[in-house]
Parts: sequence; C-alpha cells; structure tokens
Amino acid sequence: MNGGAARPLLDVRDLKVGLPTRRGFLPILNGVDLHVKEGEVLGVVGESGAGKSITGLAVIGLLEPPARVDGGEVWFEGERIDGLSGDALRRIRGARIGVIFQDPLTSLNPLYTIGRQLTETIRTHMDMGADAAERRAGELLDEVGIPAAASRLGAYPHEFSGGMRQRVVIALALCANPRLIIADEPTTALDVSIQAQIIGVLKRLCREHGTAVMLITHDMGVIAETADRVAVMYAGRVIEDGTVAEVVRNASHPYSHGLMGSIPTIGERVGRLPQIRGAMPRVGAVPDGCAFAPRCPEVRDLCRAERPTMMGGRTTSAACWQYSPRWPDTAGATGPEEAGPGAAADG
Amino acid sequence: MTAGPLSGGGRVMGALYRGADSDLAYSFRRNPVVVTAAIVTLLYFFGAAFADWIAPHTPFDPSTLSLGDAEKPPAWIEGGEWRYLLGTDNQGRDIFSTILYGSRLSLIVGFSAVIFSVVLGVGLGVTSGYFGGWYESTVMRAADVQLTLPSILVALMVDGVARAIFAGTDIKTDATFAIYVLIFAIGISAWPQYARVVRSATLVEKSKDYVAAARVIGIPSWRIMLRHVLPNTMGPVLVIGTIDLALAIITEATLSFLGVGIPPTQPSLGTLIRVGQEFLFSGQWWITLFPALALVLLVLAVNLLGDWLRDALNPKLR
Amino acid sequence: MAEMPLLQVENLAVHFCLPVPVAERAMGRKPKVLKAVDGVSFAIGKGVTLSVVGESGCGKSTVARLIAGLYRPTRGRVAIDGHDVTAAKDRTRAIRRRLTMIFQDPQASLNPRWRVRDIIAEPIKAFGIAGDARETGRQVDGLLEQVGLAGADGEKFPHEFSGGQRQRISIARALASKPDLILCDEPTSALDVSVQAQILNLMRDLQDELGLTYLFISHDLAVVNHMSDRIAVMYLGRFVEVADAAALFAAPQHPYTRLLLETIPDLGMTGRDREAVAGEVPSPIDPPSGCAFHPRCPYADKRCRTERPELREAHSGGVAVACHAVEEERLPPAPAGGAADG
Ligand SMILES: Nc1ncnc2c1ncn2[C@@H]1O[C@H](COP(=O)(O)OP(=O)(O)OP(=O)(O)O)[C@@H](O)[C@H]1O
Ligand SMILES: Nc1ncnc2c1ncn2[C@@H]1O[C@H](COP(=O)(O)OP(=O)(O)OP(=O)(O)O)[C@@H](O)[C@H]1O
Ligand code: SF4
Ligand code: SF4
Ligand SMILES: [Mg+2]
Ligand SMILES: [Mg+2]
Repeated sequence: MNGGAARPLLDVRDLKVGLPTRRGFLPILNGVDLHVKEGEVLGVVGESGAGKSITGLAVIGLLEPPARVDGGEVWFEGERIDGLSGDALRRIRGARIGVIFQDPLTSLNPLYTIGRQLTETIRTHMDMGADAAERRAGELLDEVGIPAAASRLGAYPHEFSGGMRQRVVIALALCANPRLIIADEPTTALDVSIQAQIIGVLKRLCREHGTAVMLITHDMGVIAETADRVAVMYAGRVIEDGTVAEVVRNASHPYSHGLMGSIPTIGERVGRLPQIRGAMPRVGAVPDGCAFAPRCPEVRDLCRAERPTMMGGRTTSAACWQYSPRWPDTAGATGPEEAGPGAAADG
Repeated sequence: MTAGPLSGGGRVMGALYRGADSDLAYSFRRNPVVVTAAIVTLLYFFGAAFADWIAPHTPFDPSTLSLGDAEKPPAWIEGGEWRYLLGTDNQGRDIFSTILYGSRLSLIVGFSAVIFSVVLGVGLGVTSGYFGGWYESTVMRAADVQLTLPSILVALMVDGVARAIFAGTDIKTDATFAIYVLIFAIGISAWPQYARVVRSATLVEKSKDYVAAARVIGIPSWRIMLRHVLPNTMGPVLVIGTIDLALAIITEATLSFLGVGIPPTQPSLGTLIRVGQEFLFSGQWWITLFPALALVLLVLAVNLLGDWLRDALNPKLR
Repeated sequence: MAEMPLLQVENLAVHFCLPVPVAERAMGRKPKVLKAVDGVSFAIGKGVTLSVVGESGCGKSTVARLIAGLYRPTRGRVAIDGHDVTAAKDRTRAIRRRLTMIFQDPQASLNPRWRVRDIIAEPIKAFGIAGDARETGRQVDGLLEQVGLAGADGEKFPHEFSGGQRQRISIARALASKPDLILCDEPTSALDVSVQAQILNLMRDLQDELGLTYLFISHDLAVVNHMSDRIAVMYLGRFVEVADAAALFAAPQHPYTRLLLETIPDLGMTGRDREAVAGEVPSPIDPPSGCAFHPRCPYADKRCRTERPELREAHSGGVAVACHAVEEERLPPAPAGGAADG
C-alpha cells in the first residue's frame, strides 16, 4: 500500500461523488476505479452524463460545491491527494498535474497578453528569472506549433483563432513539466481539421516529455488514434478498461461492444448501424445490480440482483457477470423487457 | 410514469402537485421572510377588496361622521377609544378604516399602472425585437430618452399636461378622472424597462430554432410573436412587474403627497400622509404615522416578493 | 434529364451586411460584407440523399436556411419540383407543406413552453391536414409512434426528454405535414454516438418507408458516408467538390477533400500518427483571393492565388471539382488506403 514503483502514477479507487439535494444525497459517481501509468495516454470515454468530467474534476479537487467527494481514494505519485487542503492541491495542480479544458477561452484571461500569462505561470511553479521565463515561454509556444512564437508573446487571446488558443492552453499546461495532464474534451470546440492538429501536438509533446495524459472525450475516433489504454464509463462507473486496440475491435462489455458497433466508419458502408436500445439511466435513477441490465441483450437474473465488479481478463477487464465463474450457462429465463428489435425508443 | 391518458381531474391534480413540488415552491417554503411577505401582501389584498365589510366605519360618508369624535388618539393611549383602533383625524374619520380604503386605491392605481406599462412595454419590446430595423431603433431611442428622465418627473409632466388638456373641456375632472390620469402618468413612466428587457429576450428567442421551425411552415409573424416568443420572455417581466408594483404605489403616494394625485375626498395612502402631516406638529402624530407605516409595510412586502421571485427564477443563483 | 429533380438550386448566394457602428459609418466606413454562401448550384432527385460537409462556418446551415426560405437570397434561384420559390410570395402553402427542416440543437428547436402534442400538431393545424381536433390527436399519436415514442409522451414538455428523444420529436414534427423534402441541419451532432446510431437508423427507415428526400448537413464524414448517395464538400461559401459518395471516398479529387479525409479521426485508425495539417480556417469576411483554399493547399501555384476555380465536371464522369490543379491534371492520384471504400 505504500507508494513507489509498484503504484501507477495516478490511481483512483472506488471514487464516489455525490450531490446533496432536497431529495437526499444524489450519487453521481458510484465507485470509479482507474489508473494512469507513467507516460501513458489513458482515454476516458462514455456518453454525455456518464461522469467523465466529474471524475477529472474530482481527481484534481476542482469539484464545484455542493457536489463533493463521498468516498474512495486518489493516489498521485505515491501520495494520497484526496482530502488535501485547497492550497496543497493548487500547488500540485500547477506543477505536477496540468489541466486542459474544453473551452480555451475560459482558461485564458482576456485582459493579459499570452506572454504574461505564460511567464507568470512558469515563475509561480519554477524557480526562474524574468528573462529565463520569457525565453521558456517562447520555446513553449514554438513547441506547440505557433509560428513566429517569440513575436506573438505580446498578443492577446482574442487575436488568436480557437485552434491557436487551445495550443496556448496546452503550452500553459506544460509550463512546469507536469507528470500528468488531464485534458477534458480538448478538441470538441474546434473544427475537424484543427482537431487533428491539436491532437497531434498533444500526442507529440507528451511523448517527448514523457508526460502521462488522461484524455476525456466522447469522440471514439480521437481515442482510437491517441490513447494507449481506454476506460469506458457508464452511469458513474468504469465498466471496461483495456488496451485501445482491444476495446475498439473486441470489447468485452456488452455496452462497449454496442458502442463501438454503433459508430459509423469511413472504411465500410453498412445498411443499418447496429444500435443499443434505450438510453443511459439518469443520475439518481441508476438501477441496482448492473447499470446496463435494462438495455443488455445478455441480461440474466444475476445481473439485476448484484452489481458486477471488474472481472476477467485477457487484455481488458469488464464489469460484467459474463466473465465470472458464476455466470449461468443456460440462457436467462428473463430477456430484456422490450418488444420489437431495433427501432426502440431511448427512454 | 403513468401510461394511458390522464383523466381531466387527474391532470389538474397532477399540475397542482407538480406546482407544489416545483423548485419555486420549495424555495418559497424554505424562506420564512418571503412567506411572511406573501401573507402580508395577501392581507392587504383581502383588506382592500373587502374594505366595505371589514372597515368598522365608512369614513367618507359625511352623515356617519361626528366632529365630537375628531382627533381621538389610538385606543391604547389616554383618551382613545377601542371603537377607533388607530384614532381619528380632524373630521372624526377612523384612521384604520381610511387606511383600508386608502390601500384599496393605492393598489388599484398601482396594479392598473403596472398592467398599463406591461402591455405597452411588452408590446413595443416584442415587436421591435422581432421586426428590427428603423422601427426598433425608434422605439429603443425613445425608451433611452425617457429613461434619462426620473419617472416621477415624467409622471408629473404627463399629469400636468393631461390636466391642462382636459381642463377646458366639459369632461369632469373629479376624483375618478384623477385616478385615470394617475394610472396613465405612472404607467407611461415605466414602459421602457419592460420594452428593453423584452426586446433583448425576444432577440434571444427569435434566433432559436423553434422559431425558425414555425417560420418554415409559414406561421404568420404575429402568431409567432404571440404564441412562441412572448411566453418565453415573460419570466423577467413578472419579476420587474412585482418590483414595479411597489414603485408604482410609491410614485402614486409621492404624487398624491405633492398634491397632484388623488384629492382628499377619496384619499389614497399618499393623500392620507399629506393631509395628516399638517397635524404632526400640533401633536396628532397618528393621523400621518399609521398611513405611512401601512405604506412602508405594503411596499416592503411586495418588494421582498419581487426580489425573491427574481432570485428564484434566476437559474444561476439556484 | 428524364425526370425533374425535386430540388433545384442555381447559383444561390447570400451576403450578410455586418453592422458598422454609427460613429464609424459617419466617418464613411462601408459596412463589411460576409459572403456566407457565394454561388452554389445543385439538384436533388426524389428519394435521394445529398449531403453537404465542411468545416464550421463554411455556410452549410445557411444553404439549408436559404432553401427553407428563412433568408432572402442575394442572387440565385431555388425551385421545388419545377416551381420557382426564390421569392417569398411564390412559397404557397402547397409548396411549404412539401419541405420541412430538422435542426441541430435539440434544446433550442422545441418551444419549452409547449406540450409535445401541441408542437407536433402545429404543422397539422397550419396546413389544415386533419379535419378536426380528434383527427389531429390521432395523427399526433401516430407520428409519435412512428418515431419510436409513445402516444402518452404527447402530454409531456420537451425538458422531460433526453436529447435523442427530443430529436425524435423534431423528426415527428417534420413528418407531420407529410413532406417530400427534409432539410436536416446536423441532426445528430449534438448527440452521443449510441443515440446517433438510433436517429440515423430511424431516418433511413423513414426514407425507405416514405420515399423521403434528404438534404443532409454534417461535419462528420463517417456519418455522411453512412447516409448519403451524393456528397458536396463546401469550403468558405462554395462547393469545391460534388461526387457520388462511393467515388468521393474512393478517389477524392479536391485537395481540401483529401485533407478532410486524412484528418478525420476514425475508429479504424488505432495508433496512427497523423500529419499535422498546417493552416487555419480563413475568415469568410476577408476570404483569400483566387482559390479560397490556396493558403492551406500544398499544390497552390500562381494561378490559384489570382484566379478563382469554377466547379467543373472532372474527367471521370459524375464528379465536379473546383480546382485548377485537377483541371490541369497536375495533381497526384488520389491517396488510396484507409479512406478507400471497403
Ligand atoms: N452541479 C451539478 N448538479 C447536478 N447534477 C450534476 C452537477 N454536476 C454534474 N451533474 C450530473 O453528473 C453527471 C455527470 O456529469 P459529467 O459532467 O461528469 O458528465 P460527462 O461524462 O462529462 O458528460 P459530457 O460528455 O456531457 O461532458 C451528469 O448526469 C450531470 O447531470
Ligand atoms: N444572420 C447572419 N448574419 C450574419 N452572418 C451570418 C448570419 N448567419 C450566418 N452568418 C455567418 O455566415 C457564415 C456561415 O454560417 P453557417 O451557420 O452557415 O455555417 P455552418 O457551416 O453551418 O457552420 P457550423 O458547422 O458551425 O454550423 C458564418 O461565418 C456565420 O458567422
Ligand atoms: S452484467 Fe449482465 S446485464 Fe450487465 S453487462 Fe454483463 S451481461 Fe449485461
Ligand atoms: S485551385 Fe489551387 S489552391 Fe485551390 S485547391 Fe486547387 S490546387 Fe489548391
Ligand atoms: Mg464533460
Ligand atoms: Mg451550422
């Protein structure tokens, strides 16, 4: 249980987050387990509302009250960081964990020049003189691929396009050479052709600096090209965790399997897309047992009765009873409660 | 989820239940100050509406007055009588009863003025936001100009002009007439706020796709404004309207206090305060103090309601 | 030329005048003109899906809105089934009934204060399709079931539904007037992929069942590949390539189409190292001279910087391209590989 080499860079265990409301405590994350190893890109995918952003925010202590951590542990570089004071977390956030959010405008102060924001961040986290910090800022802009970098230090954020702003945000996140970057939908607000550039930059820099990335997105294409490993989230839990190739081509969990199948690809044209019936349960309406049970084609009584933990094997593990010795071989007595195949409403 | 159509009664009950269960109702129940304000406001409405039955005296019927009862202090003070709870004025009118009747007038004028300015302001706001162009510029410039003038000044001017115009005609310039002039004067001074708020809300709603969807199938503009845009802009109007009601009551009181409002034969709260303050220095403080307290309480209650409504309807503060 | 196309668009353009502050106008500054759509022509036959793809701001939605009559075109012509409907007065009720639109944002495209049944009944009432209230109600129930919802859902308000369900309601409303042509403006880009699959399948089922014609707008090439018969690639207000879907993916001609195909993140591409494509999307207010794509184009030459290429039939029939290099046949052959039709 003590840090060091045995433990991955970031280790999240059974993280629970909830929201006190007038109808009682509303669980948003129901026990998230995930880890990021040194220098690895972990893709976190899942439908809107699955809890991806909340996971990212909870890890770095940026949850907006009244939402709060309700259990579990977050270990970073062998140190337990959940429950640290605001100040201690802030120091970790700048220096050892970089953060990139979806909207580059909210991460940049419109009133200060790019150069000033970079040098200030550098000097807060590193022991560096003004001149050295400025040189470093220029280098960073150069690294993220902003042409004529040194001459753009005096520019204000609004003089940059969306793609260039997101590059600056990446530069800001990289300032202090962090060990881990948490990037929440870094390309969703950008044009497709610009997305490619940003992902390229992020990937190259992290490889060069040996920085690990937790890349949160709902774009499977981005994950497929960028990540080493994928964690699939569903209804506030991680339900599958495995190498990217395995999860994309050969997912173990019925949900991930259906999800991958339902994505149209450029390579092949199919008549109908395979689709998953129904919709993800809303926060507060997650069934006991397996959260996917109401939509699962494989569902058995066991699934409804008891919640599966991460099981199985080969290159991926999945929270699904099918990979347990307790899985009944005979087809379940009760199928999913639904009539016609295919055209079911998501409700 | 209930399948099948709800029966008529079930639907009403369902709506009631949803209403009582809504966030608004929750925020209301949780807030004792607001509940108190609502009760006070309701009491005023009740008192004003049923003044004829509740009031122990009919203060404006000269035949029931007797000068022997004049200038009696409140009941709990030496020389006071329980018949006249809050005392009487120089003509023997019961202060409590005059306050009830006065509140009625104040509320009538306040409400009518607010309704007048809402209709005017919302109408101009929606149409100018929807049609744009020179019409919008004209309306909004007019609103800007009027907003630079204090509303009491606008009301004073309108009041003066109206009296001047009608003075020469054979329309009777009696108390009823004064009320209409007041409503018009106060109402006209408040429309620009509604017009501005509704115009900007209309600009937002107009750009939403549900309006585009209605336009694609050729729904006429007036119908889109009335059925689609207007209901979605009414939230802020409700809030401003409530706060404005308090303002209108004060404006009416101020005008009446200045003597250009409602004549003393049918006094509103403002008139009562004006008439009463002449007796302040001769020692009959109750003649002006109680109407003044009544006014403050009413305005405070309505204002608290308005403030709460604004915060409760603002999703950012929830 | 045997059959009249259902929708015909010729040289359609709309230029928006951007407002200039009064002070600057007094100093004689002319208002800036934004050429959102600058001369596009195409036709869609009955029962066919034509898709328009392109980056944000290139004018895709504006094309759909022009056809829907929401903007007045600066020039050009729109005809539906041979009837010229460019002018608003020519849009008779009978014509309006034949085309409807589905919008991108499921939050904003349904009036939050109306019950779902009233939303769907609006076109039915506007066109007088049902005789009485009972018949209207029956049709609304039928439409709800057609898009996979229950009749009882009509009593609810839009906020009680998920994004995918709201898009179903939008589709039900679009079907209510029994149209021939549906303009779909990114109907799934606000949805999750698993929900997107449901909606795309629904739209294709409806097309098969009712013989609908779609103008389908998207920025997602994979979705477009799945949905379309023909594809138009748009860049800065103009079409740069129009081709059959299979041909476009097998042999993209225009350099911009090639760029798009190379940069689209795709599931089949695990571990691919992408080439970072240089360049930014230029501003439509101040478009580059000549070919608008030349600042980003690896094949640009002097002619490209000065002369604007027109959309021309390329040598391989059925494909129209606006590019000097294609016309001069100095473009290397289309990259085969991941992008090819499998
Ligand atoms: N402050 C809050 N109050 C109520 N519910 C909240 C709050 N914050 C988050 N939630 C709920 O928590 C769930 C998870 O939210 P989260 O933002 O993590 O989703 P996500 O996976 O990032 O989705 P997206 O892809 O849309 O960004 C959602 O269902 C959301 O409604
Ligand atoms: N009413 C308008 N007034 C002025 N400019 C407009 C108007 N409508 C659109 N534009 C501009 O026209 C251009 C094209 O817009 P359009 O919405 O058609 O793009 P789009 O291709 O649909 O982009 P997206 O993928 O972001 O929806 C944009 O630069 C936009 O700013
Ligand atoms: S546990 Fe059961 S219901 Fe859940 S995904 Fe596995 S098979 Fe399906
Ligand atoms: S015309 Fe020239 S610049 Fe434009 S796409 Fe073709 S080669 Fe490139
Ligand atoms: Mg998120
Ligand atoms: Mg658009």
